[in-house]
Amino acid sequence: MPRRAASSSSANQPANAPSSSFASGKGGIAIKAPSLRPNRLSQLFSTSPKYKAEPQTAQAAVQLASGISNPSTATPPISLASLSLPTISLSTATAGNPNMDEPPTTLFQPPSPEEARRLAKQHAQFGPIGHHSHRYTSRHPGGAFPEPVMDEPPYYYLLTTYISYLILIAFGHVRDFFGKRFREENYRHLKPQNGYGALNSDFDNFYVRRLKLRINDCFERPVTGVPGRYITLLDRATDDHNRHFYFTGTTTDTLNLSSYNYLGFAQSEGPCADISEETLRKYGIISPSTRAEVGTQDLHVEVEDLVANFVGKEASMVFSMGFGTNANIFPALVSKGCLIISDELNHASIRFGARLSGASIAMFKHNDMRDLEAKLREAISQGQPRTHRPWKNILVVVEGLYSMEGSMCNLPGLIALKRRYKYHLFIDEAHSIGAVGPNGRGVCDYFGIDTAEVDILMGTLTKSFGANGGYIAADKMMIDKLRATNSGVFYGEAPAPAVLAQIMSALRIISGELVPGQGEERLQRLAFNSRYLRLGLKRLGFIVYGHDDSPIIPILLFNPAKMPAFSHEMLKRKISVVVVGYPATPLVSSRARFCVSASHTKEDLDRILTACDEIGNVLQLKFSTGIAGGAVTNDAAPSPEMEKEWQRKRGGNVVVPPRWRVEDVIRRGVQDVKSPLY
Amino acid sequence: MDIQETQRLLSEYLHELADLFHRLPGSAIFLRYVKSSYQNDPIRSAVELFLFLFALRYLMAPKYSTKPGVVQLSEDEIDDLVDEWTPEPLVGNPSPLEAMEVEKRTVIVGPVGPKSKLSNGRTVVNLGAYNYYNFNTNESLKEKAIQTLRNYGVGPCGPRGFYGTQDVHMKTETDVASFLGTASCIIYAQAFSTISSVIPAFSKRGDIIVADKGVSFAIRKGIQISRSIVRWYEHNDMEDLERVLAKVTKEQSRKPLTRRFIITEGLFESYGDVVDLPKIIELKLKYKFRLILDETWSFGVLGRTGRGVTEHQNVDAAEVDMIVGSLAGPLIAGGGFCAGSEEIVHHQRISAAAYTFSAALPALLSTTASATINILQNSPETVTQLRDQTKAMWAQLDPRSDWVYCTSAPENPMMILVLKPDVVAAKRLSLDDQQFLLQDIVDECLANGVLISRLKTLQDNFEPKQIVPPALKVCVTIGLTRKEIEKAGTMIRHAITKVLSKRK
Repeated sequence: MPRRAASSSSANQPANAPSSSFASGKGGIAIKAPSLRPNRLSQLFSTSPKYKAEPQTAQAAVQLASGISNPSTATPPISLASLSLPTISLSTATAGNPNMDEPPTTLFQPPSPEEARRLAKQHAQFGPIGHHSHRYTSRHPGGAFPEPVMDEPPYYYLLTTYISYLILIAFGHVRDFFGKRFREENYRHLKPQNGYGALNSDFDNFYVRRLKLRINDCFERPVTGVPGRYITLLDRATDDHNRHFYFTGTTTDTLNLSSYNYLGFAQSEGPCADISEETLRKYGIISPSTRAEVGTQDLHVEVEDLVANFVGKEASMVFSMGFGTNANIFPALVSKGCLIISDELNHASIRFGARLSGASIAMFKHNDMRDLEAKLREAISQGQPRTHRPWKNILVVVEGLYSMEGSMCNLPGLIALKRRYKYHLFIDEAHSIGAVGPNGRGVCDYFGIDTAEVDILMGTLTKSFGANGGYIAADKMMIDKLRATNSGVFYGEAPAPAVLAQIMSALRIISGELVPGQGEERLQRLAFNSRYLRLGLKRLGFIVYGHDDSPIIPILLFNPAKMPAFSHEMLKRKISVVVVGYPATPLVSSRARFCVSASHTKEDLDRILTACDEIGNVLQLKFSTGIAGGAVTNDAAPSPEMEKEWQRKRGGNVVVPPRWRVEDVIRRGVQDVKSPLY
Repeated sequence: MDIQETQRLLSEYLHELADLFHRLPGSAIFLRYVKSSYQNDPIRSAVELFLFLFALRYLMAPKYSTKPGVVQLSEDEIDDLVDEWTPEPLVGNPSPLEAMEVEKRTVIVGPVGPKSKLSNGRTVVNLGAYNYYNFNTNESLKEKAIQTLRNYGVGPCGPRGFYGTQDVHMKTETDVASFLGTASCIIYAQAFSTISSVIPAFSKRGDIIVADKGVSFAIRKGIQISRSIVRWYEHNDMEDLERVLAKVTKEQSRKPLTRRFIITEGLFESYGDVVDLPKIIELKLKYKFRLILDETWSFGVLGRTGRGVTEHQNVDAAEVDMIVGSLAGPLIAGGGFCAGSEEIVHHQRISAAAYTFSAALPALLSTTASATINILQNSPETVTQLRDQTKAMWAQLDPRSDWVYCTSAPENPMMILVLKPDVVAAKRLSLDDQQFLLQDIVDECLANGVLISRLKTLQDNFEPKQIVPPALKVCVTIGLTRKEIEKAGTMIRHAITKVLSKRK
């Protein structure tokens, strides 16, 4: 979509912006395309950058129309296989499609401008698959679950990182020194005055005021429209060094690597949106009560059954907020005299809930089973502090997929320890549900482990399913008790019908009940995309954290100044990424995080790789040693067998830092991505 | 000869050593120190040497745990203990009350409107939902929500900090702020989680909170997690509040100045009564406390246009430091908000857990909130109509019943009906008994085609324990005619009489 002038440009009144986008999106529901065409069209769309200047749109439409008959413009060429699979065409096959029995249009018929616009909108939300080989099944290959290799940069980078922070802090203090004397009004809320205590502590606020403020434009970037394959940013500028922003009135369409839209269900059209609309029309906007009082509708019951079925438990409960789900569940599970052993990198919501529960809390090193075992042995043998009475029970809390590390929990290890130490296991599948496993059913599915081994499965519906809220799944007996003891049921608002409809339709699509084939395609494309981008980045020479199949791909930046630089450079190339630094990560390991989606095409990923390659050279980000994979000889790309050979000889000091040329990465990516080890 | 040779070698070695020693950086300082400290006093040097050796020994000594009471056990013993240990089940068996809670759950089929269809096929008058203005099935609001759905999808797929801030969220924030008359506003994704994140964002360990004893569960959770010092005052007792404030001020007068907050509700969740805001403002200014006002149940309800308790009692909203409210109740949207000055809102964007670590509010709920606020602002007659309906229902219940009385404020469309103390005393009802009796009343009402609910509360683990009297909850809606309201009111009254008079 082109840059367009929003009707309002004042900073505090974004009020008119949505109305302008409403107008542009109206045509989106009108006609459904026949099932074969988008494959070709899409390639045109995906290879050309999304952003164009105003006059180019008409041109693009013309190009589109003429380019249809010319297969050479489409990369890669359409194979017979992709044509022979009618179920692949994701975004066009629609439940209750009124035009299903329309005679198929020939491939060579040029689309009307309206049709082209509609397709452009559709593909901006969900890119069509480029080639049938761009699929992979996310499944644990068996054997011991490898611990992710944590590569480290040369000491030079660590040293400069520390120095950078020192400089930033020193500068901050100098500015504070003068600021407090000459610009007192800016510090008013940090000082006690008129007998009121300071609203915020000066010390706590220092990081925000002197470090975060410098890169504030990389955070909380306002957007509009669907956070699908592309995301539309509202352009903004600042006159007072990121304190306030004003809108310039224009928008930029960027490739979206920032939303947790793993399966690409963030769509304003297609079966999910249709069902949501229908439900909203029928059921009204919300269910205006709590679940315990009169807020339970048939929809809630249906969704709970579906979720329970999907994750493989007897029963489940759904809530209107994922954070709240965790914050409210722990007091209902554990209390004083119980012990929670939590992974050190667990999400803030788990800590929030654990603190409310009144239970004792211990932590173990991230994903370190040996440390967990040591903690368990100590806890069981010593009992409660001082009294030495045995713990009532021990609840081990882990996440399925860690949102900042991209690592998965070592479920086989946890289950083995659970058998020995008889603890209860709680897995927060906020990011892993829908995102990993051959059927998208989370980490149990990925490792092929029976869900009965895990006591409680928690997850969010916000991420993979494009809806909102969270769920708890467990045995029926446990859920029945929790329904009467969980504060989220008693006081939290019930989820809205439209949201429930989105969850239902997404779950049904994934399980193949609705639009057969589409769910599988989404899952397999996500797995392919995750591996492809991860492998590509490793081969380019970036330090990438996390496990192979995880769709969260953090690349390490280290120096704090590289965070805004990376974010800006990516934005210049019309790609939105998330950069995170201290305090969300350890001080030294600032990173950029890519969240891959099934809606991305291979061309999108190639665009990202090319962008990363350029930026990586400029910002000196390629410092991997090769121990985490992606190694290569100096000249040609090696075969996977050779790589395996090197991996085996890792001790023999043959690890070569991988620094592939981006062309080779792209050329070899599709075939190498499927080898079990890289 | 041999001896001489050895002597020579020895002195050579000594010289070399001394030379080496002199060449070491800092050796001169060390020598100077030894020389000046010797001072012809060998005992002194001996003590120093002893001290040095002691320090060395201390540093080299094996580390021991500083945890008190750790019992040293062998690996085999630990294995035995592990084998012996049997954990309790994660959740126990449900109590009779809890079992009833699950068993008696009503399930509505289809939309929640003034009349709702239940899963048993019957259509009943719904006086349980907070659908006061009947916005839920309003066609134009639905159209607007669908329009948003068709442009934004359902979920925002990300937290506000990372590309989850949509233009509609910013618009809703501006709308709420301008509706209330505050400088700024921030919206959260769930109303229940709002206040329990707002409180710990500001009030930290060592800060002081003075709170009403009758505050809602969510506020108690917020106070609990903040780990601040809490002082409670009797429910809605302004004299007691003043006493507590004076006492706290006196206690703290010698200590460094910390943040101090008064936390109360506009309309109380558990009692339905209204706060005396002008008095609280007066006290807060006098004792220099900040005020966090939870308007979850009063926003959209009280005041001429539903601006809440500030409008109702003619208080400038800017006088209240933080107004927290819900968009999920009568406004038929979702999420909560906190309105206040720009600094207050800005601080929450970084440090309120439920804001930073949660996905944003779905766009369609956000636009609905803006739309309903707009309706309230432009048609105050909607609010007046609700007040008339409330009055009609009130007349049927409170003055006429021998068994229950209404603790709610007369303007509150959510009526909390509590058993009269003499009834409880005469029948010797425990809290659980009352709950079972009230459930019988709810069932009786349902059998006669009126859906109401018990006030559902939960005991928490936070001291001091709060005991909320068991109650019935009746919510009025303007989606029903006055006749229907009166009829339903009579029905509820009769049901109460029927059930309670049966009980010996």
